[in-house]
Amino acid sequence: MNAEADHSPVKISVRNLNFFYTKAVQSLFDNNLDIRANRITAVIGPSGCGKSTHLRVYNRIFELYRGQRADGQVLIDGRNILDPAVDVLELRRKVGMIFQKPTPFPMSVFDNVAYPMRLHFKLSRSEIADRVEAALKGASLWDEVKDKLKKSGLALSGGQQQRLCIARAIAAEPEILLMDEPTSAVDPVATLKIEDLVLELREKFTVVIVTHNMQQASRISDYTAFFYKGRIVEYDRTEKIFTNPSEKKTEEYITGRFG
Amino acid sequence: MREHLAQEIVRLKRMVSDLAAQVEHAVQQAVEAAQQADETLARRVIEQDDAIDREEIMIEEECLKILALHQPVAGDLRYIVTFLKVNNELERIGDLAVNIAKQVLHQLDFGVFPEEKIDFAPQMEIARQMLKAALDALVARNCLEANETIRMDDRIDELNREVIERSEELIKQHPELAEYYISVIFISRHLERIGDCTTNICEDVIYLELGKIVRHGGLPE
Repeated sequence: MNAEADHSPVKISVRNLNFFYTKAVQSLFDNNLDIRANRITAVIGPSGCGKSTHLRVYNRIFELYRGQRADGQVLIDGRNILDPAVDVLELRRKVGMIFQKPTPFPMSVFDNVAYPMRLHFKLSRSEIADRVEAALKGASLWDEVKDKLKKSGLALSGGQQQRLCIARAIAAEPEILLMDEPTSAVDPVATLKIEDLVLELREKFTVVIVTHNMQQASRISDYTAFFYKGRIVEYDRTEKIFTNPSEKKTEEYITGRFG
Repeated sequence: MREHLAQEIVRLKRMVSDLAAQVEHAVQQAVEAAQQADETLARRVIEQDDAIDREEIMIEEECLKILALHQPVAGDLRYIVTFLKVNNELERIGDLAVNIAKQVLHQLDFGVFPEEKIDFAPQMEIARQMLKAALDALVARNCLEANETIRMDDRIDELNREVIERSEELIKQHPELAEYYISVIFISRHLERIGDCTTNICEDVIYLELGKIVRHGGLPE
């Protein structure tokens, strides 16, 4: 993307976000971030800097853990999703998540993808079949699994399993896809396939990806946020971050001087 | 990994400094050869250019190797890109020194030296000073010095115009000496080009430090 102004609207607006693992342990400090629609935003930083924690606020998945608390606002399309009145099931449909290790359900390839459709939508069998095919195509997996839809999702290779999880996430028709190190458990070839897929997904979704792989961030993302010790040190266009970062700390991290 | 890259950059820096010293010396000798109509010196400049060309290729290969193997980013990336570009400019300046030396040999072949000589010593002096200042700015990563050096280029351009105008007048007065004065114009033009290449090096230094591309009149305040 070139340097001219980005006219894409802000999809997620994070305001004064603080996060506490327990009452005494704070792990995010005053995070402010505007994430644009149909763009890929990479979140980078050393281990334990709060990248994943930050991401997990967007779909309130942290609430599954007792005692964890988020303060501040996360506005998605202008609505604060931290508001207790928000329907969490609907939020998690809108904000899909892909994890570090592929997490296919112990069921067939077909049922893995059909699962969220049955959960969220009332569809006929033939509609489900059509949408499963569309989701698998959307995740660039259809050609590889079309003859083994009835086989267990767990029988696929690691890279295929991860794309199956992406297909499952897409099947819920989300608007935002959160990816927490989606390629750290797959080989380089599968990594490139997933990266190509992420670039395609940008057309339809807003993608936020946590990655330890600096080259991955620079290859695929439009924007990059650098986290350090729970704070957002720098957030800018990826090309700016990787050619001429404004903050010394960012430069030190991306050139491998610490972390 | 990081330590390894740091060592490669130090090595590359040394190679570029060596090349810069060779090129500076070549320009110095070419200028002296022109001023003193010294054939031996002119020939030496031409002979030494092979070594400069070889060095340029080695530096380029080294830069490409670092880009491929280390995939540097941010300041490291700008350093390697700057070395690549400066390397290119230095080789070009070496060629211009050779061109000046060839003109000197041409004048000597021609054998007739007019009574009215054109003094392009001031132009030579500025070209030499600019080159030295640009290389100092590169080594010290000094933007201010680079910026000041760029401004010296206007003076060389002005002197070049004066030499051309004066030569044209003299050609009209002494048509039989046209070949000599055309050669003078060439030398002046080569010096002006050395000023341009030096300006490019200074712009690369500014890019290295500020990450801003300042070519085509985009000098920072």
